[in-house]
Amino acid sequence: MHPILKLVAERLGIGLLLLLAASALIFGLTEVLPGDAAQAVLGQGATEENLANLRAEMGLDRPAFTRYFEWLGGIFTGDMGIALTNKLPIGEQIARRMSATLFLAFWAAIISVPLAILLGLIAVRYQNRWPDKLISGITLASISLPEFMIAYILVFFFAVKLFWAPSFASVSPGMPLLDQLHAISLPVAVLTLVVLAHMMRMTRAAILNVMQSAYIETAELKGLNTFAVIRKHAFPNAIAPIVNVVMINLAYLVVGVVVVEVVFAYPGMGQYLVDAVVKRDVPVVLACGVIFAAVYIILNIVADVVSILANPRLRHPK
Amino acid sequence: MTTPLLQVRGLKIGATVYPPGEKPHDIEIVHGVDFDVEAGKVLGLIGESGAGKSTIGLAAMAYGRGGVELTGGTVMVNGRDVLQSSVRDVRRLRGAEVTYVSQSAAASFNPAKRIMEQVIEAAVLQGKFSKSDAEQRARDLFAKLGLPDPDNIGSRYPHQVSGGQLQRCMTALALCPEPDLVVFDEPTTALDVTTQIDVLKAIKDAIRDTGVAALYITHDLAVVAQVSDHIMVLRQGEMVEYGTTDEIINAPKEEYTQALVSVRSIKHVEKEPVEPILSVQGITARYAGTNFDVLHDVTVDISAGQTLAVVGESGSGKSTLARVITGLLPPREGTITFGDRTLSPDQPSRSREDLRELQMIYQMADTAMNPRQTVGTIIGRPLEFYFGLKGAEKQKRIQELLDEIELGSGFQDRYPAELSGGQKQRVCIARALAAKPKLIICDEVTSALDPLVADGILKLLLQLQKIEDVAYLFITHDLATVRAIADSIAVMYQGRVQRYGTKSEVLTPPFDDYTDLLLSSVPEMKLGWLEDVIAHRKMESAGN
Amino acid sequence: MFKNIPLSAAIGLTITATYFLAAIFADLIAPYGMAEAVGDVWEPSSADHWLGTDQIGRDLLTRMIYGGQTTILIATLATMLSFTTGAVLGFIAAVSGGWVDQVMSRLVDLFMSIPSLILALVILSSIEATVVTLVVIMGLLDSTRVYRLSRAVAVDISVMDYVEAARLRGEKLTWIIFREILPNALSPLVAEMGLRFIFMVLFISTLSFLGIGVQPPLADWGGIVKENKEGINFGIGAALYPAVAIATLAISVNLIADWVLNRTTSLKGGRG
Repeated sequence: MHPILKLVAERLGIGLLLLLAASALIFGLTEVLPGDAAQAVLGQGATEENLANLRAEMGLDRPAFTRYFEWLGGIFTGDMGIALTNKLPIGEQIARRMSATLFLAFWAAIISVPLAILLGLIAVRYQNRWPDKLISGITLASISLPEFMIAYILVFFFAVKLFWAPSFASVSPGMPLLDQLHAISLPVAVLTLVVLAHMMRMTRAAILNVMQSAYIETAELKGLNTFAVIRKHAFPNAIAPIVNVVMINLAYLVVGVVVVEVVFAYPGMGQYLVDAVVKRDVPVVLACGVIFAAVYIILNIVADVVSILANPRLRHPK
Repeated sequence: MTTPLLQVRGLKIGATVYPPGEKPHDIEIVHGVDFDVEAGKVLGLIGESGAGKSTIGLAAMAYGRGGVELTGGTVMVNGRDVLQSSVRDVRRLRGAEVTYVSQSAAASFNPAKRIMEQVIEAAVLQGKFSKSDAEQRARDLFAKLGLPDPDNIGSRYPHQVSGGQLQRCMTALALCPEPDLVVFDEPTTALDVTTQIDVLKAIKDAIRDTGVAALYITHDLAVVAQVSDHIMVLRQGEMVEYGTTDEIINAPKEEYTQALVSVRSIKHVEKEPVEPILSVQGITARYAGTNFDVLHDVTVDISAGQTLAVVGESGSGKSTLARVITGLLPPREGTITFGDRTLSPDQPSRSREDLRELQMIYQMADTAMNPRQTVGTIIGRPLEFYFGLKGAEKQKRIQELLDEIELGSGFQDRYPAELSGGQKQRVCIARALAAKPKLIICDEVTSALDPLVADGILKLLLQLQKIEDVAYLFITHDLATVRAIADSIAVMYQGRVQRYGTKSEVLTPPFDDYTDLLLSSVPEMKLGWLEDVIAHRKMESAGN
Repeated sequence: MFKNIPLSAAIGLTITATYFLAAIFADLIAPYGMAEAVGDVWEPSSADHWLGTDQIGRDLLTRMIYGGQTTILIATLATMLSFTTGAVLGFIAAVSGGWVDQVMSRLVDLFMSIPSLILALVILSSIEATVVTLVVIMGLLDSTRVYRLSRAVAVDISVMDYVEAARLRGEKLTWIIFREILPNALSPLVAEMGLRFIFMVLFISTLSFLGIGVQPPLADWGGIVKENKEGINFGIGAALYPAVAIATLAISVNLIADWVLNRTTSLKGGRG
């Protein structure tokens, strides 16, 4: 087998183990902490006898180990149990909300990725001059504010003062795409701002790192113009770190989406998760938590695999 | 007289420095330098690190590396002042009229592209050759430079060939566009000594055969003497002396040049072997997690109060031997006897007395001293730790040690960053001496220093050996250093002791093939040495 | 130490000190009681109420001062917990190496593979949020990052020749950690402490905003946003004051961290 395939396979194997361990960690955390689903249903005043009955009914009296594997199997088959609060199947809820969340994240990514790379390139081109300083100033400001603050600042100015966009992102099936996009314009703007800052800064660092290599000097000393130096020598080497940066920041969107959905009352996974936490609906929290964690881990694995595949030393071994 | 190919007048080069905690400010690093390079001739630029020689070399291509700026003077190439040329004209000059060979070809080749593509890039871009003609020319150059499989080596990636081969590929890259002038910037410094000689010969032949002119930059006078017609000696951004190679090597006028030529003038008469202080018997060792031995059955003795030099190239196992002796790497087999006792194989279980009597000095004095401790603390700690000295008594002893290393008073309260390279290494010597050791392991202690400073350190070590009666295990790749200080020598090659005995035994023929190669590869300060050696060698270098 | 202090760091120090002093002396400087309704709903700013009033008529400046107290207290305690746990474990892992390092590092990898907000949400769905539980959850979750940094810094330092020289001299582990490694690891760690503190302020604010952090009637900056968010739709900016507070505090601490890092990257002596 080609050594690079072996490395990729290894990385994927470790990733699978990590996914398994993360699901066990999330499940285990709700197990070791006081209170369980039965307690949540019956409230603080429940008698021991009632609790025991309900536990038996819900199957909570069986060993945690067995329940973990049942739960894990359920996630793969889409059967994630019943929500405690509204008695609806969690799987159906998640399927619907997942597509809403992906819709939001998709547009945020479509806008932020090219923009971040472009701004990162500008920052490098005008390194230490005003465009670079402006960009790093905005970065500092936007990482100094929590996502929901950025959201309300935008709502205050663009929804309330200027009426450009709605302050609640209510989308319904059957709505024309343009109307949907208008409805989610503010949440997308917030998510874009949040990931843009990080992505831009990391892109800038990645390109600068390449531009400072000795082979860039060699290219300049061959008489290549700046554009040719970047196109022929910097770009092939910068592509992997940039893809890596993009993946890591898309993973970061996972966290941003939770808060932004709450602010804009957007019916996605994040809102579902936060609602469930407030209502102590443990099965829903577990299902949402494990999906968020899985997306985050998978994007990080993709980032690693891309780095491996793009490394010429690994692609063309001795 | 015709105009020279390259004519430099009053060249001044400045840079902006950003010292931490201070405002950035401008300094001048080259203060007005004049020189000419005639068509087809080679000028050697020689100087210590920081002399500004690379900066001057790149100025011939109107290039300032990092924050460096060409602030004054003229640089005429083929009659045009490149410092006044437009950006377009400068691009037409680079890679066509003047090309560049850097010290580290490994870093200077783009890792994502095949060698051939990079070698012909400038020639095709500048319209000198068509793609197929350039490729043919590149293959011819590969052959001329002695690269194996010249027809196919171009289709490899840079990391797929050895360091010495890549350095030759870089030379091919520079020669491919048929330039008028090539700037060689320390092209052999990063190579092992036995590889250096082949690359040097290849470069020299290529220069002769193509009739190109060259600016050859190096810190090693013996190297530049082999390839250049004229030599300019630089120091701190100013010219010290200029002359033909013959004049500079055989009749230097300036004191500084004389010192450079006569470096390692130390005459050390070897002593007769005596009772060993340390004896290494049958050591075989490997690093954890690997499956091959880096030392095979190594046996050597170090006579009390004398110096054993362990010589070899990188990868020969000489530094591993030091790690085994200090107990940082317990051997798989073999024993070490120190004085009248057997040393425990791993360091943590050795007695404090064993630790005290065996001290170590490192190659990089910078990283061998805690930057947050003063010289007084650094030297005082062993006194406190081994002898329980305190207060005035300790201060008195610290001062004695400072006097011994010729640093005088006032150094106690300084931090390492406030010392020069040579002073740092002296403090490390004092720290080792403070323990009153019987043996000091010196790991390449002079190789990071400029030649004159290194000379001072060697003299100090010899003098201290007489006073303190301490033995040295001197690890080095530099045979000139070995000749200067050793009483006995062990030559190491691929983890084995290849040749071992007193200095005169080891350095007297008949030699085994490797020792012959190693000894003959060390550049000597005489004209025509390179050709003599190549003609009389028995073995091809390992880098081929 | 304060010689040659750059303007940016001076501004950062001043603003940060102001916030901390306001938090410590909240009882003395707050014009009204924390839960005291003193006016109408969402009054505009006036001489009596500099920042106006909130959604149930409490003085907003008072709420901001007490909110700052809670936010800064929780963030500070969580940072301290995160630092002591993370740095101690990181140093131990770096110096001991071997399986101790392996086990701890893989566990940290696992915790870091899940975003801390998600983990915090999972935990807070099972236990009640109080100041103590919040500090413990945030501190421990964040200590993984401190662990990584301190381990990396300590590993870098412990392979330096001067540490090897100390080992060869026969020095004990305590000397090596406290005299050789720690003085050289201090500046990156102090700078990181500033960044972790900012992160804690953002983290606790986010949790409170989501309704699972600091619980009413206690005020904190994130909670003030939650309480007053409806006002935004009427063009009332009460919910934006905490944004200004968080941003200025975060930027000030950042400026200090930058200065600490720059000042001490110079290895010229350690007396500064």
